[in-house]
Amino acid sequence: MNNEPKAGLSRRHLMASAAGIAATGLAGLPTRAFAADPIKVAGIYTVPVEQQWVSRIHKAAEAAVAAGAADYTYTENTANTDYPRVMREYAEQGYKLIVGEIFGVEAEAREVVDEYPDVAFLLGSSFLPDEAHPNLSVFDNYIQDASYLSGIIAGAMTKGNIGMVGGFPIPEVNRLMNAFMAGAREMNPDIRFQVSFIGSWFDPPKAKETAFAMIDGGADLLYAERFGVSDAAMERGVLAIGNVIDTQADYPDTVVASAIWHFEPTLDAALAKVAAGAFTAENYGLYSFMKEGGCSLAPLGTFEGKVPEAALALVAEREAAIRDGSFTVEINDEEPKSS
Amino acid sequence: MDILDILLSASFWAATVRIASPLIFATLGELICERAGVLNLGIEGIMVIGAFAGWMAVYLGTGLWAGVAVAMLAGMLFGLLHATLTVPFGLSQHVVGLGITLLATATASFAYRLSLPEVTSPPKIEPFQPLEIPGLSQIPLLGPALFSQTALTYLAFVLIVVVSVVLYRTPLGLALRAAGENPASVEAQGLSVTAIRMGAVIVGSGLMGVGGAFLTMSAFSSFFFEMVNGRGWICIALVVFGAWRPGKAALGALLFAAFDALQVRLQQTPMGALIPYQVFLMVPYVLSILALVLMSRRAEVPAALMVPFNKGER
Repeated sequence: MNNEPKAGLSRRHLMASAAGIAATGLAGLPTRAFAADPIKVAGIYTVPVEQQWVSRIHKAAEAAVAAGAADYTYTENTANTDYPRVMREYAEQGYKLIVGEIFGVEAEAREVVDEYPDVAFLLGSSFLPDEAHPNLSVFDNYIQDASYLSGIIAGAMTKGNIGMVGGFPIPEVNRLMNAFMAGAREMNPDIRFQVSFIGSWFDPPKAKETAFAMIDGGADLLYAERFGVSDAAMERGVLAIGNVIDTQADYPDTVVASAIWHFEPTLDAALAKVAAGAFTAENYGLYSFMKEGGCSLAPLGTFEGKVPEAALALVAEREAAIRDGSFTVEINDEEPKSS
Repeated sequence: MDILDILLSASFWAATVRIASPLIFATLGELICERAGVLNLGIEGIMVIGAFAGWMAVYLGTGLWAGVAVAMLAGMLFGLLHATLTVPFGLSQHVVGLGITLLATATASFAYRLSLPEVTSPPKIEPFQPLEIPGLSQIPLLGPALFSQTALTYLAFVLIVVVSVVLYRTPLGLALRAAGENPASVEAQGLSVTAIRMGAVIVGSGLMGVGGAFLTMSAFSSFFFEMVNGRGWICIALVVFGAWRPGKAALGALLFAAFDALQVRLQQTPMGALIPYQVFLMVPYVLSILALVLMSRRAEVPAALMVPFNKGER
């Protein structure tokens, strides 16, 4: 696995040569480096880095490396049962900031966090920050602003029947679905929603079958929360709305718009806090809000000119209002139901 | 849409056949192993490696059918390992089987990351497309359900017949069944129980590999680590459900698939808003367990299933 960071190699090299210089008598040169030293960041993910959600974190971390702010390595496909062990390994190795997701290991992960008070942990979690774990900050993809806007477009593009396939009805999924539904109802309050959960994050054939069933049930637009849904939409010639990542390149005639998550503001804020020595227990979920630049609506791309003007006008109006704070998208974590 | 409307729609039956196809391949594979006396719990992992290998081969530029062959070979390779450990060495079939599942699953993810270190989303291939059989696909209800499927689905159904005929109408089938019932009698005929059992496990594992490949090459077009998602374990139950008979086992696969296709559709009816979604997801499993209880009362388990054979031992 090629996850040893290049930046790390060069830095090690630099430190080695600095040590070499010191050894040859040129003492007085600082062996310990500079103010803008990149922070050692480790990512621990339970899925491969190309999975939608994690890919956004991975991308932001690589951007931070490119900007010289971080030194990054990661472990993917970590089973929840293995997660605490991997956390300890990185903490022992001197990583300063550990990023990951503990939705399946909330309690155990907090035990590890307490063992390493000098390491900053920024972990995706269903719970709020707690002063009892001052070095643990939590985040989640609070991109309901963008989901709401994508819902407005969906509401204008459907004749009145939208299918939504989800993995599990956890807060993060529900929140975005509810915001999407609220947006769609802005354009057409009578839309019928078909909602299904497949009980798995990675079973695209099952997600696809579920989507087919919704199309059979009259859906002419699908909310693609899982891989497999856009494929069903493409095969049957109906539309889809993307979530978290922009997949329009793969489905140019199917995916109208996507609500995209940007992890960069979250990570940058954490890196700044770590560098300043001011990392505390906080809720970084706020950095996923639209006014923080944490989410956006993907460009219409191939659907430029095909979305009704009225919807675009409302999107523009609401987006401006969200950004200036005069409009807030409701955060509703309840499980959405078929209507 | 109420239940009757669903049951009378062609798309419901088409979905049933689609969902059943990978299960049919893997169930037939498991059945061949068990009829020869070897329980193959490597099935789940072998499906994963088949799903990966077939898809990867196509991604690297081989044709779809060559991809199916690669999936089969990958399955056979792990079958060979399983057979070597359980047949001549006579090790615990439970432990070896679960070990093979872990090894094959891990091998798939390792090979995936080695070959695709830097991808932003799982790459796609051009999968098998539905092939309408002229004439037959025009039959109402049955046509769209049975005769507008992909070539791999047709292959699954052809295999049900082939496996039945070989098992019950050929000397090879007789020897294979005897190896699972009374291996000493096979030995008395001058045949090698070891060779027959190893051959059965290898061929059966090859079919499991194709079952996995169905997921990445027909049902979907890219590979995910957890996409087999317990289908292999279902196939083990289906073999019992089918009382170790290919036709009945395939029927069981279709029944399970029908329950699955039904629950997916019921979730979207007004009922879906009243009943928790988990209840719907449970439906195929609960009904299959009930059917299993009813069906397996008269089932005849191969007498020498999981009994290692040592030549000359009395």
